[in-house]
Amino acid sequence: MSVDAARAGRRPTARRRVSAAFWRRPWLRATALLGPAAGAFLFVYVAALGVLLLSAFWALDPFTGQIVHTWSLDNFRILWEEHTYWRIAGRTIGLAAAVTVTDVLLAFPFAYYMARIAGPRTRTLLFVLVLMPLWSSYLARVYSWRLILSKDGALNWWLGRLGLPDQNIAYTNWAVWIVFSYIWLPFMILPVYAALERIPDSFIEASRDLGAKNWTTFKRVVLPLALPGVIAGSIFTFSLTLGDYIAPSLVGNTQFIGNVIYRNVLGLTNNIPFAAAYAMVPLAVMALYLVFARRAGAFESL
Amino acid sequence: MESRATRAALGVWTVLVVLFLWVPLAIILLYAFNPSNIQSWPIQGFTLRWFRVAWHDQEARDALLLSAKAALAATGIALVLGTMAAAAVSRFKFFGREALSFLFILPLALPGVITGIALSSFFSFWGMTFSLWTIVIGHATFCVVIVYNNVIARLRRTSTSLVEASMDLGADGWQTFRFVTFPVLSTALISGALLAFALSFDEVIVTLFTAGAQNTLPIWILGKIRLGQQLPEVNAVVFFVIVLTVIPVVVSQRLTQESGLLRRR
Amino acid sequence: MNDALKRGLGAGVLAILAVTLAFAAAGCGGSSDNESSGDKSSLPTSIGTGEGKLSLVAWEGYTQPEWVKPFEKQTGCMVTSKYAGSSDEMVTLMRNGGDQYDMVSASGDASLRLIEGKNVQPMNPALIPDYPNFIEALKSPPHNTVDGKHYGISLQWGPNTLLYNTEKVTPAPTSWESIYDPKYKGGITIPDNAIQIADAALYLSKTKPDLGIEDPYELTQDQFDAAVNLLKQQRPLLKKHWVLASDEIDLFKNGDAVIGASWPYQTNTLAADKVPVKDLIPSEGATGWADTWMLSSKSKHPNCAYMWTKWVSTPKVQAQQAIYFGETPANTKACPIMDQLSPGSCKQYHADAPASYFDSIKFWKTPSADCGNGDDNCMDYNRWQQAWTEIKG
Repeated sequence: MSVDAARAGRRPTARRRVSAAFWRRPWLRATALLGPAAGAFLFVYVAALGVLLLSAFWALDPFTGQIVHTWSLDNFRILWEEHTYWRIAGRTIGLAAAVTVTDVLLAFPFAYYMARIAGPRTRTLLFVLVLMPLWSSYLARVYSWRLILSKDGALNWWLGRLGLPDQNIAYTNWAVWIVFSYIWLPFMILPVYAALERIPDSFIEASRDLGAKNWTTFKRVVLPLALPGVIAGSIFTFSLTLGDYIAPSLVGNTQFIGNVIYRNVLGLTNNIPFAAAYAMVPLAVMALYLVFARRAGAFESL
Repeated sequence: MESRATRAALGVWTVLVVLFLWVPLAIILLYAFNPSNIQSWPIQGFTLRWFRVAWHDQEARDALLLSAKAALAATGIALVLGTMAAAAVSRFKFFGREALSFLFILPLALPGVITGIALSSFFSFWGMTFSLWTIVIGHATFCVVIVYNNVIARLRRTSTSLVEASMDLGADGWQTFRFVTFPVLSTALISGALLAFALSFDEVIVTLFTAGAQNTLPIWILGKIRLGQQLPEVNAVVFFVIVLTVIPVVVSQRLTQESGLLRRR
Repeated sequence: MNDALKRGLGAGVLAILAVTLAFAAAGCGGSSDNESSGDKSSLPTSIGTGEGKLSLVAWEGYTQPEWVKPFEKQTGCMVTSKYAGSSDEMVTLMRNGGDQYDMVSASGDASLRLIEGKNVQPMNPALIPDYPNFIEALKSPPHNTVDGKHYGISLQWGPNTLLYNTEKVTPAPTSWESIYDPKYKGGITIPDNAIQIADAALYLSKTKPDLGIEDPYELTQDQFDAAVNLLKQQRPLLKKHWVLASDEIDLFKNGDAVIGASWPYQTNTLAADKVPVKDLIPSEGATGWADTWMLSSKSKHPNCAYMWTKWVSTPKVQAQQAIYFGETPANTKACPIMDQLSPGSCKQYHADAPASYFDSIKFWKTPSADCGNGDDNCMDYNRWQQAWTEIKG
C-alpha cells in the first residue's frame, strides 16, 4: 500500500485530493457513478420508449408513408374491435405461460442436481453444457428443429424405427411451444441454479435437526428460498416468448404478437403507430409481471 | 441429504435435459458435412466442401468480424456503465432508487421487439444513420443490465467495511478500487461480460431494427436461410463459432468456480 | 447516509426524467427522413468511374455469385445484397434505408409506391446499350415509367406458378382449384403476402363470373369479400404460409407440402436436388411480377449502379438469371443464349412467346381506391393488409 499519506507535512498528490474530496462528499460519488449510466439510460432507452408510447396515438399517412402527429385513438379502436388481434394476444400470452411452466419443470431438477448434488468437476461440465447453446446461433438452433419435426424429419424417422406412427408436429403451435421451451431453457436454469446454490447447508441441517424429513425440508425450506430464482427465470422466458417473431415464422404457422408488430414495422407498411399501439399489450403484461416479481423478491435473484 | 433413489432420479433427469439441449446442436454440427444443398433427414453423405466455401466467403468473414466488434463494444460499455450503476445503487440510498433499479431491469424484461422499434424510431427521429454504432447502442441496453445484475448481486454479498478499512489504511480511491473492490468483483465481471458478449454476438431481433445495410453474423445467417440454398455453409460457420467458444467458456467457468466467494457456507 | 445526498440525487433523477419526457413530447417535429432530390437533378449523360461499392436490395436469387463475381472483377464495384421476401419489405427498406442502399429490384406493386414516396430517381436508358433490345412492353411500362421519366430499367418478369409433387399428387392438376381442395388438406402452401388476395380473385373471376371481377387488383367490397372468404376457407387446409423461398423448398423437400403457389425459383432449386416436382400455369391464368432495377434517390454509388444495370441487361446475364430463377428476360437477344446454356429453356420460360402471352399475365400492382373505370370504391392496399392479418388468424 502507498505510504504517501503517512508522510506528514507533505502536500497530498492531486489524485489523493480528488479521492478525498469524493470520500467526504458521498453525493458527489453517487452522482459521478450513477450519472453516466442513468443519463445514457434515461436519454436513450427511456426516451425511446416514451416516444413509442406517444406514437401509438398517432397515425400513418398511407400515401406518403409519413407519420402524422394527429392525436387519435384509432389504432386502439382497430385493435379493440378486430377480434383477430385479441386472439393473437391471447395465443401469445397462453404460449408464454405454457413455455414458462415447461421450462420450470425441466430446469428445476436439473438445477437442483447441478447446485447441490454434483461434484465440482461435474458442475463445471454441466455449466459448460448449459452455456454452450447460448453461444451457438439461435437461428441455426431453431432451424435445426425443422429438420427434427418435419414429416420426413428426424423425429418421425426414429418413431418409424420404433414402430410408432408418424407425427405431424411441424408448423403447428406444438412445434412453437417445443422450440421456445428449448431455446429459453438455459435462461431458466441459470437463475434457478444461482438461487439453489445460495441456500446454505446449515439451513438444511437445521431443518433436519428440527425433525423434518427430506420431502418436508424440500417443501418448506428449499422451495421458498428457490422461488425468487424461479420467478427471475420466468421473467426471461415470459418476455422472450411475448416478443419473438422469428421462431414462430420459422417453425410455426400462426401469428403471435411479435409477428404483428414486426410486419407492421419492417415487413409491411412501416406503420409504426399501429405497431406501437399493439406493443402496449406485451408492455402492459410485462409491467404487471414485473411488479408481481418484485414483490416476490425475484429482483435479487436476477 | 437426498436419498439414493432421489439422487439417481435427478441424475437421470439431468442427462435427459442435457440430451434435449444438445441434440439440435449435434444436428447443426453434423449437417455442416451435408453434401446436399437443401437440408433434409437423414444426411446423405459427408463432405468438407462447406468449410472451404465458408472460409473463402468474404461476406461471412465480414459478418463475423462485425458481430465481434459490436459485441466487444457493447460489452465494454456495459462493463463500465453497469459496474458504476450497480455501485451507486447498492451503496447509496437516494430518492428514486427503487424506480431506477426497476427501470434498469426493463431492457431484459421487455421483449426485444419493443426495444427494437423504440430505438429504431428514436434513431430515425434524430436523423441518425443506422450503422455499427446504432447496433452497439441497441446491444448495450441489455448488456448493461446483465453486468449490472451480476455486479449488484455480488456487491450485496460483500460488506462496505472493506472499502472503509482500505481508506483508513491510507489508500486513495483508485488504489482501493484496484486492490480491494476489483478483485472482489472480478469474477462477477467476468461472468457478466461473458454472458453479455454471448447475447450480443447472437442477438438478432433488436439488431434487425437497428442495423442498416450491415450484416452481423445472425443477419447474415438469416439472409442465407432466406435463400434456402447452401445452408450447410451456415452450419459450417456455426460449427466454427462453437469450437472457438468452448475454450473461453471453460476457462471462465474455472475462474469463477475457484473464487471461493461462491461456495456455500 | 445524509439527507443532502438523498435529496440531491433524488432531485437529479427527477429532473432528468422530466427533461426526457419533455423532449419526447415537445420535440416531435419530425419523423423519418424521407425527402429526395430525384426530380431536380438532371440525368447523367455518361457513366463515370466506379465508386468501388454497390448495395442492393434484391429478391432471393437475383444476385447469385455466378453473375455477381464477374461483375465485381470487371468493374471493381463490390456488391452487398440485402434480401427481401415481399414488395412490402422492399418498400420499407428503401423508405428507412436513407443512403444505405443504391438499388432495389422492385416489382410492379412496389415500384409506384417508391416513385410516389420519392425514394427512387429517374434513370437514363440511353446509358444502357441493351435497352433497345428489350421487348416493347417492357421498355416504358406504366409501373416504372411516369410522365416519360424512366424510374429504373426493366429486368425480368415471370409468373406465380402452381407447384406440385408429381409422386403424391395424381393426376397432374390443371386448375387453381387444387389448392382450395380439401383433398390435399394439411399439404397445401401459399405465400405469406397480402397480394395473394389477387390470386384468389383471379380464380373467382373465372369460376364465379357473376361477381364481375375484371382486374384482380381492383376489387369492390363484394368482390373483395368473396376473395377473402375463399382464402379463409382455405386457411385450415394449409400446412404453412411460406414466408421465405426456402420455406417452400423445405416444405416440399421434407414432405410437409405436396401442392402450392410458388415461384419458378423453388421449382428449379427442388429439381436440382432431385425432388420430384413440376410446376405449371393453370387454366385460369396466373398473376405475375415484372421487376425493375431502380436507383435510390439517395444513392452514394450511382456509377456502380449504372454499371450493374448495364451488366444485368446484357443477353448473357439475362439468360443466366432467367434460367437460374426460372423467369423471362426482358432482353429479346437472351433467347439463343438460354438454349445454349440449357436446351429448351427459351421456350420453357416463354422467352420467345408472343406479346399476347405477356398480356395474359396479371402483373402485380398496388391496389388503390381508384378502380380505373371511373369508380372510386375499390379496396386500397391498407384494406388488403388488414384483411390478410385476419385471414391468417
